[in-house]
Amino acid sequence: MSSMMVLATSMTIPDILVFVTGALMILVGAAGVIVAKNPVHSALCLVLTLFGVAVLFIEQQADFLAAVQVIVYAGAVVVMFLFVIMFLGVDRTEDVHDEPLMGQRPLAIGLVLVLVGSIVALGSEAKWSGGSHSVVGINQGPYQNVANLGKAIFTTYLFAFEITSALLVIAVVGAVVLARRSMITNAPRTDSLGNPLGATTDFEGADR
Amino acid sequence: MLSAAAYMPLCPLLGFLILLAFGRRIGIKYSGIVATVAVAASFVLAAISWTGLLGISSSKREITQSLFTWLPVGSLQVKVAFLIDPLSITMCLFITFISTMIHLYSIGYMKGERDYVKFFIYLNLFVTAMLVLVMANNMVLTFVGWEGVGACSYWLVAFYFEKESAAVAGKKAFVYNRIGDVGLLLAMFIVFARVGSLDYTTIFAHLSAFSPLTATMLVLALLLAATGKSAQIPLFNWLPGSMEGPTPVSALIHAATMVTAGVYLLCRMSHVLELSAHASLVIAIIGALTAFVAATMASVQRDIKAVLAYSTISQLGYMILAVGAGAYVAAIFLMIAHAFYKALLFLSAGAVSHGLDGERDMGRMGALRKVMPWTTGVFIVGWLAIAGVPPLSAFWSKGDVLDAVFRHYPYLWALALFTAFLTAYYMTRMYTLTFTGEARYDKPGADGAPALHAHEAPWVMRIPLLVLAVGAAGAGLLNLPWVHNFGLEEFLSPVFHGALYNPHEGTSLLWLLAIVDSLVAVGGIAVAWMLWRGKVSAANLEPDFLTHDWYWDDLYDTVFGRPGTALALFSATTIDEKILDGAVNGVGSLAVQSAQRLRRIQTGQVRQYALLITGGMAALLVFILMRVF
Amino acid sequence: MSIPSSWYLILAALLFGIGALGVLIRRNVLIMFMCIELMLNAATLTFVTFSRTLNDIGGQADVFFILVVAAAEVVVGLGIVVAIFRRRSTADADEISSMEG
Repeated sequence: MSSMMVLATSMTIPDILVFVTGALMILVGAAGVIVAKNPVHSALCLVLTLFGVAVLFIEQQADFLAAVQVIVYAGAVVVMFLFVIMFLGVDRTEDVHDEPLMGQRPLAIGLVLVLVGSIVALGSEAKWSGGSHSVVGINQGPYQNVANLGKAIFTTYLFAFEITSALLVIAVVGAVVLARRSMITNAPRTDSLGNPLGATTDFEGADR
Repeated sequence: MLSAAAYMPLCPLLGFLILLAFGRRIGIKYSGIVATVAVAASFVLAAISWTGLLGISSSKREITQSLFTWLPVGSLQVKVAFLIDPLSITMCLFITFISTMIHLYSIGYMKGERDYVKFFIYLNLFVTAMLVLVMANNMVLTFVGWEGVGACSYWLVAFYFEKESAAVAGKKAFVYNRIGDVGLLLAMFIVFARVGSLDYTTIFAHLSAFSPLTATMLVLALLLAATGKSAQIPLFNWLPGSMEGPTPVSALIHAATMVTAGVYLLCRMSHVLELSAHASLVIAIIGALTAFVAATMASVQRDIKAVLAYSTISQLGYMILAVGAGAYVAAIFLMIAHAFYKALLFLSAGAVSHGLDGERDMGRMGALRKVMPWTTGVFIVGWLAIAGVPPLSAFWSKGDVLDAVFRHYPYLWALALFTAFLTAYYMTRMYTLTFTGEARYDKPGADGAPALHAHEAPWVMRIPLLVLAVGAAGAGLLNLPWVHNFGLEEFLSPVFHGALYNPHEGTSLLWLLAIVDSLVAVGGIAVAWMLWRGKVSAANLEPDFLTHDWYWDDLYDTVFGRPGTALALFSATTIDEKILDGAVNGVGSLAVQSAQRLRRIQTGQVRQYALLITGGMAALLVFILMRVF
Repeated sequence: MSIPSSWYLILAALLFGIGALGVLIRRNVLIMFMCIELMLNAATLTFVTFSRTLNDIGGQADVFFILVVAAAEVVVGLGIVVAIFRRRSTADADEISSMEG
């Protein structure tokens, strides 16, 4: 850790407090997600985690992102999750004690520990690039975060921005198609006169 | 004139091709004529080439006519080229002449056969191969002709292929020949390794390249090839079996031409034979032994062609003996005389059996001289010739051989002399059984076969018989001992330069030997006449040991045949099915089983896939950590 | 500004680990999805940390796009879950295993 670059020389008490709060929210929420039996409880814990992340965003002067995180993630994505949970059945709980797959839990815990441990170890041993050199744009300045971000998105990343809007449209269309298909199978196959609706698969041209 | 020589093999080849393409359409009547004309044309060309050769001075009679380069491989340039020298012209002359006679005879003999055209196709092909063999200027082309005659012999022996015994005999002939071919191949390898070229002229110019041991090995390899082709010990059993073929085949291939190829090869390589005295001794011993053994076997045969088959082996033994003693001219002389009288004997035996509707058992013949006068007449000429009665051809030729052997290997001379006695004996026995005594053919046979009606041969068969009789009688003129200016010896001596015996020395010794030969011949005839006159069979004169060929066939069967069959069965069942098929199927089943085991990874469970991904990620990070630390 | 960025990075690593553990252990498809969202959040936290460390706004721009893509992914993913549920009336990941060898 000593080779890490530190931007400020002193830590103030409010900083630490905010950080600890945010960290606690994140970790408790994450633990809750993976431990809760009821999916609704999991979703609410997820909201807690997302709020914690937003708090840490603000701590790091990423104001815009904090706002967007709350609005989009906590506001829209989790709500969607809750919709689907309601659709599938609120009281559908999962039996967490049984693990049908052999060796899944021990192996999972072991591997994840190795994963996290190696990430941390690599982070501590790696040689970080030091010095501030802005690639896209600077990040500093009072009340400059939104402006800087806007500048970056609409100039450097304009193409990606447009593509992601197209991606959103595609996602919506995909969702509509996925959700709509089963309705066709329930729809009537013939109209009131007995003529078949939709495309017939008879290519021989036999008279019906 | 000499350029005609290269066309000699072409004429019968042309005949072969014409008959192959149009034989059916030409029809039986003309196919035989086409074939005979083709061979006669090559005889004419041979005669023309011979006169051309005579026009060149005797020291320079060695002309090579190259057609094209066949195998250009680095330093080895094998050409299709013909060597025209006295030896090859002599061989060509008598081969084509006798072939023409036999073709003419076959027109009458094979009349009515279903496969008439096929017979002449094979015969013409055979003559082509034989001419290529004799005229080749390098060992590879000789080998081509060698194999060609072997193949034609197989086809012709198994001509009546629907008969089990004929098919088996054909196979036997071919396999024995093949064993001998190994010897020729080995000889070619040795020559190429030492000399670097396979042309005869080049070989003879580089004789110093052979160390004594190499020369002995080379000569023994050539001897192996000769024993295969010329039916000597230990590869002679095939010749009696090859009597299953039609009689003209026996006459042409197994008396006059193919079987002499072995002797020809040894004579052609005479310069190499000179390098090794031990090998020459081996050659002579084998020749003498074969002559003796075959003569004993011939003394007890009851089939008219079998006697002649063993007789051929015996006479070939004489030729090989002569080669072993260094008397190459005598060997060639005997070869020519033998070709005439043996072909004559075979053809007249064929006339006899043709006249008796295919009967070959001498026990059912007898007193045929009253019904077939012409056949009897020519047979008598052949009989007396082969017995060695002066002044017919064998007296001179066999006499030359015995003279040479006497000089070099006296013990073998004694054996050869006794064999001459046996030769006279069994031929006389054959004559008395067939042509004298009581007529047995018009009585029903021992196993209920019906009575036969004998008739004389048609003229188309009689003419070749008469011509051959003249040849058999007069071939001795080719090399009379007191004629020095023209004759076979003068003609052939440049080919064998330095290796000849000198017939001019010791005239009194020559007279003595000649008298001994004549006495032996007459004695044999007399003994046989007394023993066999009026008799049909004599058990004490036909012991089992001899009628079963000294149990030679049984020996080969036990030593080679049964183990070979057992090995083949073992290979087919165990090695092929279990090991080879098992290996191939094992590869397949290995693929299947490993695939079946590997597919268990695809469980369909997403969480297990996620586990694998995590595992991979962890491994990657650990690997990087290892590198960092 | 004064908290060392290493703390944030360790926190993000822990969050990522917890999310990975959740994906591997839970059987309910929706909860697995939520754990994937946890992992994405860990990534965004890392991005923002580095953006501050390196004084580069590009990190935050990346987070912006991550958000968009995550949203789209959730939409489609949930649509698939709904479609599967319609057929099989189960939301158990272990039951959806017909693509096996």
